[in-house]
Amino acid sequence: MSKSSMPKSVTSKTAQSVASDLNPPNIDLACENICKQFAGFTAVDNVSFTIPQGSFFSILGPSGCGKTTLLRMLAGFEHPSSGDIVIKGQSMLGVQPNKRPVNMVFQHLALFPTMNIEQNIGYGLRRLGVAKPEIVQRVAAVLARVGLAGSGNKEVGQLSGGQRQRIALARCLVLNPTLLLLDEPLGALDLKLREHMKIELKQLQKEFGTTFVYITHDQSEALVMSDQIAVMNQGKFEQVGTPHQLYYQPRTAFVAGFVGDSNRWQGVVDSSSDQYLSIKTSDGLSIKGAPQNAAILSSGEAVELFVRPEAINVSREPQAAVSDNQFKCIVDTILFDGAKSQIIAIEEQSGGKITVILPQTADFYDLKKSDDLYLQWTAGQALCFSVDNLAIESADETHSVSEG
Amino acid sequence: MSAVTVAKKIRLGLWLLLAPLFLWLVLLIILPHFELLAFSLIDPEDQGFTFEFYLEFFQEPLYWRTFLRTAVMSILATILTLVIAFPVAFYIAKMLRGRSKGIVFAMCLIPFWVSELVRTFGWMILLRESGVISNFLQWSGLASGPVELLYTDATIMLGLVYTSMLFMVVPLVSTLDSLDDSYIEAGYDLGGSNWDVMREIIIPHAVPGIVSGCIIVFMLSLGNYLTPVLLGGKDSLWFTEQIYTQFITRFNWEQGSAFGLLLLLLSSLIVWAGLKATGQSFTKTMG
Repeated sequence: MSKSSMPKSVTSKTAQSVASDLNPPNIDLACENICKQFAGFTAVDNVSFTIPQGSFFSILGPSGCGKTTLLRMLAGFEHPSSGDIVIKGQSMLGVQPNKRPVNMVFQHLALFPTMNIEQNIGYGLRRLGVAKPEIVQRVAAVLARVGLAGSGNKEVGQLSGGQRQRIALARCLVLNPTLLLLDEPLGALDLKLREHMKIELKQLQKEFGTTFVYITHDQSEALVMSDQIAVMNQGKFEQVGTPHQLYYQPRTAFVAGFVGDSNRWQGVVDSSSDQYLSIKTSDGLSIKGAPQNAAILSSGEAVELFVRPEAINVSREPQAAVSDNQFKCIVDTILFDGAKSQIIAIEEQSGGKITVILPQTADFYDLKKSDDLYLQWTAGQALCFSVDNLAIESADETHSVSEG
Repeated sequence: MSAVTVAKKIRLGLWLLLAPLFLWLVLLIILPHFELLAFSLIDPEDQGFTFEFYLEFFQEPLYWRTFLRTAVMSILATILTLVIAFPVAFYIAKMLRGRSKGIVFAMCLIPFWVSELVRTFGWMILLRESGVISNFLQWSGLASGPVELLYTDATIMLGLVYTSMLFMVVPLVSTLDSLDDSYIEAGYDLGGSNWDVMREIIIPHAVPGIVSGCIIVFMLSLGNYLTPVLLGGKDSLWFTEQIYTQFITRFNWEQGSAFGLLLLLLSSLIVWAGLKATGQSFTKTMG
């Protein structure tokens, strides 16, 4: 980890490569064309990305998308079939897990049950040969920082789920790793605690300033905590961007379907103008939408269209100053869930279902089944993707997962 | 039916369920030992109370030295078995997956389908003066004459370790199996070497299996009769052999009973000391 321990020639070589291709900002991790093949299938397919120092980077994807394999390669438990992993300018190929400046918070935390909290946190320091008094002092310091001062003598079983979570973090952070890898650590917690830990994890990350690589299948975890998110599907990165970008400007149909909820239609392009496309959907609706792929969509081309429930305006009377799209619907079901209540409405013309958020205004207080409803949205909020995009098939399969 | 009769029925059922265990304990364990105790403490001539058979054990060097030798050899056999069985168990529990795991485990088990006597004769066929190994050494020119490999302490040790292997492997495999791989990975991830992970994570986790395996193997070795007698011959000097001699050859049941109880007492003492020394408790190991 320290440069002084390396042979001189290596130091100068890495210094050069850092200067030439890894200019500022400081890059903690660079993955270059990583592939991982297992017998018969490709788990990770030519993935490249860089993570700047001190950022919270999430890899979001459905189960089986290869994100765990990718994380295990960063930790050193799996070896890439090809490509390079560079941490702070040094290639990690052939470096054993115990020699990497990387620590991992495991899915079920893996706190050693045969040791108490202090011994658990001190384990890594003992491996470094740190003197006993210093271990005691550093363990106490890190316990205080995660808000569990004085619990060093407790056994693992005496702590609650959230406290164990913090101990698992402390056990890694006490070693000042360059990268902290987190393998869905919140998955085992109940909903309330998970919501709480999301915020706490983000705060701890900011406080320690360590670079976090977080993998999850829960889009809400990724959106709340991350500086950057990579959406992964079938071994590939579909899109890397800020939570804002992924939500508002998804670049593929898969991302649009996976991040957030959407109403979706299949259709063909009817006509196109400078501002929008006119889409004829398979159930006979005519919707104006905005193309998202760089490819220009011409008439007759098959497209998939996404409209988020929260982007749809709801009114009980038709709006005179009509936006690009307006449809008359009948209320079919109201899924009451407080602030997150939804209306499932049936569009009169086509009989198709559209999900919208129930506005919490006086106007809709007494809304009931079979009431008339008018839905409006602008062309910019109807995202169109051409269907020859391969990702669409898999996006359909994982639609149920995307319900956050 | 009143609540009282229901309760009575339940109690009767409980007693019936416990009956086999109870009978087994009383008839085969407790009664014989009381009988042994009575034999060993009563002078057969005047039917009076006496300690002479116990004193005999401590006064006659052959007896207590034989016991000491038996205990030391058994402890050694236990340690050797542990050292050999641990890597085997680790390999089965942690390195192998699926089908091959079952096959290798079964391969450990198969030799035990044959009776101990036959297995011991198998060793004798290999090791005796006119046996397979001796013949091979002569044929290959490594030895000029017949080589006797039987009737040494090393041969006894070999037989004891071989006989005990399975009883160490089984508890070790089951405890190591219960160790989640993520603990081992976490051990490496936090900077541990192979040795660190073994010493700080795997062995502490396996302690209950190690202790129960050691207790079983130690007791089996201490109480073994066939292996030391057949492989060690006349010089084997195993304590069970002394008991056999007292009961069968000398027809001195009083002395034999005293030896039997002393064996039970002293072996329990050694196990207790072993548990104390390693900071384990019997209930923790078995529970």
